[in-house]
Amino acid sequence: MKFTLKWLKEHLDTDASIEEICDGLVGVGLEVEGVEDQASALSAFTVCRVKEARQHPNADRLRVCDVETKDGLVQVVCGAPNARTGLVGIFAAPGTHVPGTGVDLEVGTIRGVESVGMLCSERELMISDSHDGIIDLQGDFEIGMSAAEALGLDDPVIDVAITPNRPDALGVHGIARDLSAKGLGKLKPVNVPAIKGSHASPINVELRFDKDSGDACSMFVGRHIKGVRNGPSPDWLQRRLLAIGLRPISALVDITNYITFGYGRPLHVFDANKVKGTIHARLAKDGETLEALDGKTYTLDDTMTVIADDNGPEGIAGIIGGEVSGCDENTTEVFIEAAYFDPVRTAATGRKLGIITDARYRFERGVDPAFVEPGAQLCTQMILDLCGGEPSELVIAGAAPLNERSFNLRKSRVKSLAGIDVSVERQVEILSDLGFKVSDKGDVLECAAPTWRPDVHGEADLVEEVARIVGLDNVKPAAMPRPHDVARPVLTPRQKRMLASRRTLASRGLNEAVTWSFLPEAHAALFGGGQPELKLANPISSELSDMRPSLLPNLVAAVGRNLDRGQTNIALFEVGQAYAGDKPEDETLRTAGVRRGQTGARHWAERPRSVDLYDAKADLMATLEAAGAPVQSVQVVQGGPDWFHPGRSGTVQLGPKNQLGWFGEVHPRVLREMDVKGPLVAFEMVIDNIPEPKQSTTARPALEAQDLLPVKRDFAFVAEAQVAADKFIRAAKGADKALITDVSVFDVFAGGNLGDGMRSIALEVTLQPKDKTLTDEAIDAVSKAVVAAVTKATGATLRGGG
Amino acid sequence: MTELSELESQLIAAVDAAGDEAALDDVRVSALGKKGTISERMKTLGKMDPEERKAAGQALNALKDKVADAIAIRSTSLKNAALEARLANEFDDVTLPVRPELKGSVHPVSQVWEEVVQIFGDMGFAVAEGPHIETDWYNFGALNIPEDHPARQEHDTFYFNPKEDGSRMVLRTHTSPVQIRTMEKSTPPIRIIAPGRTYRCDSDQTHTPMFHQVEGLVLDETTHLGHLKWCLEEFCKAFFEVDQVKMRFRASHFPFTEPSMEVDINYSVENGQVKIGTGNKWMEILGSGMVHPKVIAAGGLDPDKVQGFAFGMGIDRIAMLKYGIPDLRAFFEADLRWLRHYGFSALNVPTLPGGLS
Repeated sequence: MKFTLKWLKEHLDTDASIEEICDGLVGVGLEVEGVEDQASALSAFTVCRVKEARQHPNADRLRVCDVETKDGLVQVVCGAPNARTGLVGIFAAPGTHVPGTGVDLEVGTIRGVESVGMLCSERELMISDSHDGIIDLQGDFEIGMSAAEALGLDDPVIDVAITPNRPDALGVHGIARDLSAKGLGKLKPVNVPAIKGSHASPINVELRFDKDSGDACSMFVGRHIKGVRNGPSPDWLQRRLLAIGLRPISALVDITNYITFGYGRPLHVFDANKVKGTIHARLAKDGETLEALDGKTYTLDDTMTVIADDNGPEGIAGIIGGEVSGCDENTTEVFIEAAYFDPVRTAATGRKLGIITDARYRFERGVDPAFVEPGAQLCTQMILDLCGGEPSELVIAGAAPLNERSFNLRKSRVKSLAGIDVSVERQVEILSDLGFKVSDKGDVLECAAPTWRPDVHGEADLVEEVARIVGLDNVKPAAMPRPHDVARPVLTPRQKRMLASRRTLASRGLNEAVTWSFLPEAHAALFGGGQPELKLANPISSELSDMRPSLLPNLVAAVGRNLDRGQTNIALFEVGQAYAGDKPEDETLRTAGVRRGQTGARHWAERPRSVDLYDAKADLMATLEAAGAPVQSVQVVQGGPDWFHPGRSGTVQLGPKNQLGWFGEVHPRVLREMDVKGPLVAFEMVIDNIPEPKQSTTARPALEAQDLLPVKRDFAFVAEAQVAADKFIRAAKGADKALITDVSVFDVFAGGNLGDGMRSIALEVTLQPKDKTLTDEAIDAVSKAVVAAVTKATGATLRGGG
Repeated sequence: MTELSELESQLIAAVDAAGDEAALDDVRVSALGKKGTISERMKTLGKMDPEERKAAGQALNALKDKVADAIAIRSTSLKNAALEARLANEFDDVTLPVRPELKGSVHPVSQVWEEVVQIFGDMGFAVAEGPHIETDWYNFGALNIPEDHPARQEHDTFYFNPKEDGSRMVLRTHTSPVQIRTMEKSTPPIRIIAPGRTYRCDSDQTHTPMFHQVEGLVLDETTHLGHLKWCLEEFCKAFFEVDQVKMRFRASHFPFTEPSMEVDINYSVENGQVKIGTGNKWMEILGSGMVHPKVIAAGGLDPDKVQGFAFGMGIDRIAMLKYGIPDLRAFFEADLRWLRHYGFSALNVPTLPGGLS
């Protein structure tokens, strides 16, 4: 919402400076987005008079002018065709920066004649594109007067952002009201003329709605004016509209815009000669079309309100008028429309048709229902003033819903809710200045809300009115009591898991990324997603169309992008949500990581190796452990989801129904379809699947450190290659649970003379004696038990060792 | 006795002459071994009478100790010499680079998440969460944003396709739905923050379709606007690690708060970097207000008894301000160069006593 300072002063009697006014606007919640002051840009330019213009001795098209300026008489060479004796124009002295040409003026010699300054065109001042000649001021101007003042450009333009709850501030008058309450001046009352009219309107108005849609247009006020002359509106009006970014069209149209911005009251004017029959408001018929004033044709449906005559729709209610019945320079009879349209329906229609106009903007926020007829009267007066004519009586259909509301404001409530001390007198004054009718009822103030404030619905709103006018800067900070002297822990186990998981992976060399929660449909499908309920109806692009079923696809894509940037050894992870459906419980918190390339850069001491699935497994196990998963009791089983390599992937689970995570090589087909060069290993953990930790004490169990040294024995077994190593380990561990404390795999070998499909697995078994040194016999007995358990569990044969 | 001192001279000379550990060991065996010269002489003691035996025994033992000490000293010196000789040949170029290790990092959003939790946690705020895919009710209706309200248009909402009953889920446009979900399952006094992902259908130089917000909610019987100001001022000072920050509270409008205010903090630009807490420029950093009675009622609480404040702040935005990160869009591009440059070390856990940055 833009307006000029002079415009504001027509509604507000004030001596406040532009700075004070802007501070006041910000304070009351009308955020100033900018102030545009052409006067300062034009401060070096002044009014001058050409005392004498004579032909240049050496050039046919140039004139030599003696110019009266604020600095006295100077000589200027000028090439403009309209340079003549007696012209009053705008002078720029040497040293002035001319915005239109971008150069700083210097004293020059043109064809042998000295020129000390310049007579300016509008384009040189960048106030219009006109360059037909130099500025030729009409009227009485003093030499040396500022150009901005002479040109009527000494009126700063203020741009304020109006929040959607304040339709009243979409007119200069409403803004002035806030400022007057703030104490920055006195609101001038609106002088609504009571124009009677000399004849009955030849055009009648009607509301044609059934009961269900009666509120679509609850009031329609019309007036016919005959004998008008429509032409360009006067300079002051054009200048004012131009200042706020509106294009002057014709006096009749400019008047409606002026009232729209002055009072927040949109209006429409029909060329009465182009209207057939009664003007009426009704719902559109499905498929009806209207050629609107923006030159476009819109197809309407039966949820939209139109203003129509016997020819059909002539305007879309509250949004835009029709081309056919619009006013032009030939208009001699005009019909004014002032109506009240339902905000919700207007908003819905505007959205559906994609039309944004100043009228819609106001109607959908709610115009003052009590200002329909006054708006028509103001419009009539302006038309009579600027275009002449003879008005008819008003024709009125319906009545606007005044929506009268009254709320009690406890006198103590401003203090208890806003924390600010405001005397009751000041509260009453502020609310009254804002248009509330306030009556003192003892402990409470009964406040009747003004019709132009549809946003006021209760006591809290009244507190807000008082607080914003007093100024929130006057609210004193008050310390919140501490719930505990020393802060207590606040994080949930799930949140702590998230943090631990993240820091663990970062410490393992992975870089944390935050990627979109959405991804392309094709990627979603590759990772088990793409369900219809997870597709956005209005994605920002097809690249971001579906909610991610897993964190991996976006990480894989990120690897691809980093490869394209020349990165080779890549390790990325993310902690975030994945979506299996649109219910809250379908959303899981996960941790996922990907690695690609080598374990490090090439190095003089040792060759880096390629990352493999065991790196991903290590990442997963580390993050599981950090997140408090019972890693000692998890099962690792062969195979994972479809987006992993079928033979090089695994699942970590607590039983088949509770999978905690997956790891492995990403499926080569997935990489191919995502156009990412592999191989690439990955893991994903579902934080939400980790069981809640048992309530534990802070005390640790006693340390059982044995004095006797552990004994290690090696075993090598040969079995079919498919038999999982885990079976060997578990069987060996189980051979003597008291004595065997650790089993590790120190060699795996296939091929050679083992035979096809066979594999050798070598275990190191650690025995921890507790009370006495192990005898050779005891060690032999355990060794036999290990061999027996492993061969039984795996079908292996012992290869040697012991 | 002369014989013994001769023997001593011989043995000490032999010890001193031993050129290496093996030779020294030979000397030890020849003197102190089972058949060594001293041991042989020990055996003769038994044939002596007691007086003689005592004197001779003492002398022999003294000799044995002397020789043993000499051998030990010689052994140490030989070991040292051998070590010196070995070390003289051992040399590694310490300027060669060490084995490479991948250096991980934590994303600035995560770091700032923890910073924010540290500060509000100290003030007694728990961390609440809610789903990203929300119902219309939680994202709008319960927050006093009725359908067709112009405020809804300003949210640039991502919608999912309508269900059979006509309802449609949305991606939450703010973290405020967590206010309602929190009220539904707790009883005042309530102090929570709700950091998390939020979504708007908007993408340009300064907007991304996904970003992070942190919601704050305090509900009890007495909390007022002054407490909100205090809370936000204390947060800003702690977060930006400055002694003073000027804040400007501007009346504004949000459907879910009444009164509502936007909050600006002062800053200056020095050498192209934003400095918070100095200078006279204003920058908007958050929206806030007293929770609207309708919102309290929508959360199942009694607005006549319960009151309090709420605020919403951009996590990415305050991260950019604090750490001088110029471009929001880069947050979500997973460019390793950016992650390594703006990321934080795994062990750099923000704490209040240790400092937040």
